[in-house]
Amino acid sequence: MLGKLDWSAIPFDQPIPLIAGAVVLVGILAVLAWVVVKGHLPYLWHEWITSVDHKRIGVMYILLASVMLLRGGSDAIMMRIQQAVAYQSQGYLPPEHYNQIFSAHGTIMIFFVAMPFVIGLMNLIVPLQLGVRDVAFPTLNSVGFWLTATGALLVNLSLVIGEFARTGWLAFPPLSELSYSPGVGVDYYAWSLQISGVGTLVAGINLVTTVLKLRTKGMNYLRMPMFCWTTLASNLLIVAAFPILTATLAMLLLDRYLGFHFFTNEAGGNVMMFMNLIWAWGHPEVYILVLPAFGIFSEVVSTFSGKALFGYRSMVLATMAICIISFMVWLHHFFTMGAGPDVNAIFGIASMIIAIPTGVKIYNWLFTMYGGRIRFETPMLWSIGFMVTFIIGGLTGVLVAVPPADFVLHNSMFLVAHFHNVIIGGVLFGAFAGFEYWFPKAFGFRLDDRWGKAAFWFTFLGFYVTFIPLYVAGMLGMTRRMQHYDVAAWRPWMLVAAVGMAVLTVGVICQIVQIVVSIRNREALRDRTGDPWDGRSLEWATSSPPPVFNFAFNPDVRGEDAYWDLKAHAKQQSLDHDAPEYHDIEMPRNSPTGFVCAFFATVMGFALIWHIWWMVILGGIGAFATFVVFAWRDHDEYVIPADEVAAIDRVNLEERRNLVSMAGTI
Amino acid sequence: MSMTATAGRAHADPHHIGLVIEHPGPAPKRIVTAYGFWIFLLSDIVMFSCFFAAYAVLADQTAGGPKGSEIFDQRNVAIETVCLLLSSFTCGMASIAADVRNRFWFYLGMAVTCLLGLIFLVIEFREFADLVARGYGPSRSAFLTSFFSLVGCHGLHVSAGILWLLTMMAQVFAKGFRADVLRRMMCFALFWHALDIVWVGVFSVVYLLGSGV
Repeated sequence: MLGKLDWSAIPFDQPIPLIAGAVVLVGILAVLAWVVVKGHLPYLWHEWITSVDHKRIGVMYILLASVMLLRGGSDAIMMRIQQAVAYQSQGYLPPEHYNQIFSAHGTIMIFFVAMPFVIGLMNLIVPLQLGVRDVAFPTLNSVGFWLTATGALLVNLSLVIGEFARTGWLAFPPLSELSYSPGVGVDYYAWSLQISGVGTLVAGINLVTTVLKLRTKGMNYLRMPMFCWTTLASNLLIVAAFPILTATLAMLLLDRYLGFHFFTNEAGGNVMMFMNLIWAWGHPEVYILVLPAFGIFSEVVSTFSGKALFGYRSMVLATMAICIISFMVWLHHFFTMGAGPDVNAIFGIASMIIAIPTGVKIYNWLFTMYGGRIRFETPMLWSIGFMVTFIIGGLTGVLVAVPPADFVLHNSMFLVAHFHNVIIGGVLFGAFAGFEYWFPKAFGFRLDDRWGKAAFWFTFLGFYVTFIPLYVAGMLGMTRRMQHYDVAAWRPWMLVAAVGMAVLTVGVICQIVQIVVSIRNREALRDRTGDPWDGRSLEWATSSPPPVFNFAFNPDVRGEDAYWDLKAHAKQQSLDHDAPEYHDIEMPRNSPTGFVCAFFATVMGFALIWHIWWMVILGGIGAFATFVVFAWRDHDEYVIPADEVAAIDRVNLEERRNLVSMAGTI
Repeated sequence: MSMTATAGRAHADPHHIGLVIEHPGPAPKRIVTAYGFWIFLLSDIVMFSCFFAAYAVLADQTAGGPKGSEIFDQRNVAIETVCLLLSSFTCGMASIAADVRNRFWFYLGMAVTCLLGLIFLVIEFREFADLVARGYGPSRSAFLTSFFSLVGCHGLHVSAGILWLLTMMAQVFAKGFRADVLRRMMCFALFWHALDIVWVGVFSVVYLLGSGV
């Protein structure tokens, strides 16, 4: 009846997950109770859960990423403490638990923090920058988000019910095959990624179509803001790479569930095929994450330098070059596995070549700052911090791209330090920069500056104190994923790294405090103009937060830096153009499709993990029925009458006139 | 804000002689939908290519089991192929009928498409069942694993396509040739034709190359 599920699935003998699970459960129940008692449930349902507004979905993505960042961060803290105390002792974590922690940490940070964070920012901002009302497929967008949430939920369920994979974040066979991992851990891993992967693919298709087909009048390709370009590149990579992940995990699951022989040791299976397939997805994945961050830095650096982006066209070219080359380097992840010197040399050179367009980008940002009037606001701090940190990470990357060097550094702590260097210094700093930069756009008030700067400095310093020692430990020969060790020379570096982790944690706490303080002072921090940073692209041309339809009428773009251009003209003409003619606007109707689909996907995923076959069928039928019901709707749009559009827009224009007249007097 | 339409630089270039061509604004819904669906199809083809790659890697790993030339039945595959190619033709007829709003030919075209698809599936299923009965199931060897997965993945797509086809017929029955129904019909037709293309790949790589050995 319940497949493999019974009471032994609950880890009664392990206090840490049990207590953590209990705390989370109590927390969730408390929040739910508060929501219900205060009567917020209808609001949540109508305004958020069933919303198909790209801005709301973007915010929910970012919220999901933030919550999961705390979960993945807790794992990181536990690992750093373990390695700090596990010198000539077993430490405080049993080995199988430690293995689950590092697998969960990697999986969560990549799939449920970095991915939703960048997808959330892209969702939130790209339609605004393109000057359009929504993404190409609004309801599908909601489905994509909720499927991602399903994946996250399943991973967290594994904390209390059953176990998570002990195989590392990419679940290499044969360790992940049934014979070596008979438990449900790998199944949790594979199904949660399979489901959230569909969500990601949907988001990718949506954003590619949005950028290519939904630009406002006059928005030629070479007038799109950089963030739109990097979004396009990143989502093209999603569309090309995520099906590879889907296929690879499907093969692994077939091996595990039906005794197939894709990657087994016996009957002709080929383990190296898994390495090739998973990294053919995995390497582009790195660029899926970092390209949007590059876009954010481009926007931030140009805005806070008060200058147009230097070398815009070379930036576009560099972005697309990275997009293409990133698909040609996957083999550098297994230089040591016997491909031979010729293959290694080719892939080594291809890997190093990526440093060229990336270098172009770094120089462009530096030249944008050069001669500019730089304002050191929080987003700018993250951007400058990124440039320093990412260069170090990039250089160590070039180092490990040299096959002979890689033979020494492969699977060492050096590698761990390198990829944290680029992922934290690149993706996470970018996500935080974007968060600080666009928060006023999403919510209508700024974030507290002082706490933001404190968060930056603690994170920045904490990062170096944590990861520079890991480089050293790697040089000293320490391999990764060690549960305990006996080499005295490594010990001090592990202790320093643990201290660094504490500093990083303070940074995260500062960020939480920043949000709380800002919400409390939101009246004082209110942004009435819609343009708090003196921005250059179209998202600043509408009010903060933007009305549901984004723009009262489609902006007409005449050059790069669309909004800057508008402002310059407006100052000359002091905004006294004729009252525009407003039209009715059709907007997509809210739909519970995404939420209901995700509900059935959760049921189905859970049932598949535990081999509860009747429940699998039930979930499948439910998901199909949801699609049919959605397809049967007769009215999927509603109309906002022109009067209402006009009323909303007039308020916005009034605020904006004040802004321009004030700017004129400065 | 100068959002009102202005004369001046914003001109299209009707003769394509190298002037700056101004972007006209968001594309109509029909174009957007079809474009998005094309991108989905491309991603689906990427997924198929992984299974093709796996087949290419594992095709010789028979682990003492049968080789392709020993188990493939040319006659079966020929009938399957004819059915699927014909179904693409009838699907095209149904699309044309939908475009000219002719219900009779639409239903007829879709029904024949469905029938041909079902025949294809039955033949494939019988081939699979026969192999399993002879002890040559997917867990026999890595070659059979990759064979069953690649062909089965295509078969699953055809099954989903038939489910979609029936839904489309029901939608036209209940709602007529509404704009959104027509857009979905266009996506379905793209999907069905793409399956044909993938089958040509399967036919060539698996059955033709495999039988020759």
